[in-house]
Amino acid sequence: MIDLGSREPMNVAPLEEEAEPERKRGVFRRLRESLSKSRQALAEEITASVFEKIDDETWELLEEALILADVGAPTTAAVVEKLEHEVDSGAIPAEGEPIRARLIEILAEVASTARAKIDLSAQPAVLMMVGVNGTGKTTTIGKIAWHLSKEFGLSVVMGAGDTYRAAAAEQLAEWAKRAGAELVRGQAGADPGSVAYDAVSAGVARNADVVIVDTAGRLHTQDNLMEELAKVRRVIGKLIPDAPHETLISIDATTGQNGLRQAKVFSEAVQVDGVVITKLDGTAKGGIALAISSELGIPVKLIGVGEKLEDLRPFDPGEYAAALLSE
Amino acid sequence: MFDQLSDRLQSTLSDVRSRGKLSEGDIDSAMRDIRLALLEADVNFKVVKAFTKTLKERCLGAEVMDSLDPGQQVVKIVNEELADLMGGEGVELTMASSGPTVILMAGLQGSGKTTACAKLASYFKKQRKDVALAACDVYRPAAVEQLVTMGQRAGAHVYEKGTDADPVDIATWALERAREERRDVLVIDTAGRLHIDQDLMKELSRIRDKTKPDDVLLVVDAMTGQDAVGVAESFAEAAEFDGVVMTKLDGDARGGAALSVKAVTGKPIMFASTGEKIEDFDRFHPDRMAQRILGMGDVLTLIEKAESQVDEKSAEELEEKLKKDQFTLEDFLTQMKQVRKMGPLSGIIGMLPGMGAMKELKNANIDERQLDRTEAIILSMTPAERHDPTLIKGRRRKRIADGSGTKVQEVRALVKQFDQMRVMMRSMANGKMPDPQKLMRMSGQVPKPKVRRR
Repeated sequence: MIDLGSREPMNVAPLEEEAEPERKRGVFRRLRESLSKSRQALAEEITASVFEKIDDETWELLEEALILADVGAPTTAAVVEKLEHEVDSGAIPAEGEPIRARLIEILAEVASTARAKIDLSAQPAVLMMVGVNGTGKTTTIGKIAWHLSKEFGLSVVMGAGDTYRAAAAEQLAEWAKRAGAELVRGQAGADPGSVAYDAVSAGVARNADVVIVDTAGRLHTQDNLMEELAKVRRVIGKLIPDAPHETLISIDATTGQNGLRQAKVFSEAVQVDGVVITKLDGTAKGGIALAISSELGIPVKLIGVGEKLEDLRPFDPGEYAAALLSE
Repeated sequence: MFDQLSDRLQSTLSDVRSRGKLSEGDIDSAMRDIRLALLEADVNFKVVKAFTKTLKERCLGAEVMDSLDPGQQVVKIVNEELADLMGGEGVELTMASSGPTVILMAGLQGSGKTTACAKLASYFKKQRKDVALAACDVYRPAAVEQLVTMGQRAGAHVYEKGTDADPVDIATWALERAREERRDVLVIDTAGRLHIDQDLMKELSRIRDKTKPDDVLLVVDAMTGQDAVGVAESFAEAAEFDGVVMTKLDGDARGGAALSVKAVTGKPIMFASTGEKIEDFDRFHPDRMAQRILGMGDVLTLIEKAESQVDEKSAEELEEKLKKDQFTLEDFLTQMKQVRKMGPLSGIIGMLPGMGAMKELKNANIDERQLDRTEAIILSMTPAERHDPTLIKGRRRKRIADGSGTKVQEVRALVKQFDQMRVMMRSMANGKMPDPQKLMRMSGQVPKPKVRRR
């Protein structure tokens, strides 16, 4: 999941692969549970029995379920059309279980894109976090820092680039303390570019493994703020030519179709490499992830399924697709 | 993404408009497009379903089919139903008859509660009320600090006990203090919580039981998707909220979620937060939101036209002026001022009759200062000049430019632009839709559109 380049993880198990099976199961059980908690989810649950009798109503029901999961009309239409076509043409048997299995496959295909790894192979690797207000940027990078530092034994420098929101730096400081990471911060209202510059220079000076730069939440419609973000990126790029090596956008799972605009506009401003879907532990299914990967080709890389540190997980398209439909 | 849909909807509706009679098939196809547009705006699926059903029934009814211009009737019905869905009239907050008015704020994480609390405080401050805030979010790191800082900006007193106290205790303690200190309003900030988090939801009902708030407000992010309805239902159960504060409306989200909340729980949207600054917060106006959800210049134009034809009185004057070619710069100024009062400026040109059809003006980012200059130019004209811009020649032009701090070229450009607009509006008022091709050519001639393109 995370490309560490030549660096060897110094201690403990990496994030995913070698985690004990029990814990892994626990996490996905939790993901599934959380995805199905709402009454709504139960009402529109797509089980194999839905496909026992296939007629227009079946496809309508499926459409409804996907739209209610925020997958969005165009992607929903494409998925349903594809499945319907395959069933009609006899490519897959018109029986409940095979159709359901194929549906999960199609959804997983939609959710998968190339370059799904988080690239932290450079030294120091610079990771920049962007996104709309309140989507969970600071919390997410706090968790990322914790994983990198506590599980991979990497040295992490965090830059409190959110100089706008009151107490944002304090929030990050709290996370830096928990993760044992170094925090670089500026004055409230300071230029975020200068904070990013200081953080990255500190990372270079101390030969840190990873520098994580937080930014203030901003609406993608505010051109001046988007320009400011582009400037932060340029400032970082001046210190290390390829940096930031990884730019992630956090998108709240409850976000509707506007998430597509967010991903698109942020990507235009700062070349987003991946999406973090946060707050998936609610009843929202975060179907916007499918819309973003299918319409924009930006991969989802991480998901947040709870408030605990280990609840920040790598994104697995197959598991996600299954959870989207399962009980 | 949305453009595509609005284009489709516009073409469907203008297609429908151009016909004398509508078949059921025409209506069906219009309904399909409306359904898609609403889904893209994140209106809840079930609400959309019910909505299009009602809509279709009305459209197939006699009022449309027997009308001389059925297309316009359809547009009018869509607008009416949408405004209705949003809860036509605004609702006021309940204020306590004695002692502090207590307002409890609840919502999901990241919906903007803390900011909304401070903005609400500032809103009351403007009404010369003594406001206090209670910091009951003890979970999120630094949430208390955020409220303290923002409270100071809003000029409100903040009651806080750090993060070690119990939120219910903090709330009751804050209420006692507010009573002793004779505050007018106490706004209680709570931690963001997931509506499926039983413990936190219970905590919320306990705060409500202990403080007996006069109003409970649910803070909803305008960008929320289909799940908004489930969230609202859970919060309605635990907190029995009275109204909704919609946040982040300054983005390009259509806010369909908040609309669905109204439709499903019957609780009105009371406030809207429309910007980063603390004063970017105001009462919510359903009608404005209806337009936003439709969000389409051309459709709006059509609606205005439909309305003006049906409700002759309201727009009679303007209509007459347009027909008789008496629309003056004075009217233009009035209209511009009215429109500017309505809030966000992007897309305003699209709301001026006829201008919405200009593709290039759509999605344009309007530079407020340019509009200020336009206002200044018109204000520097004499009444005679405003009525008859042809008077404006060399020396007058120079005087106007000097008076408004602009350049002669800008004055000339404005007059020329106004001229072209008037021609266009006259033809529209006389019932002719201008040929889009011609419009495009015309817009090309407009010296310099007062917009800055993205």
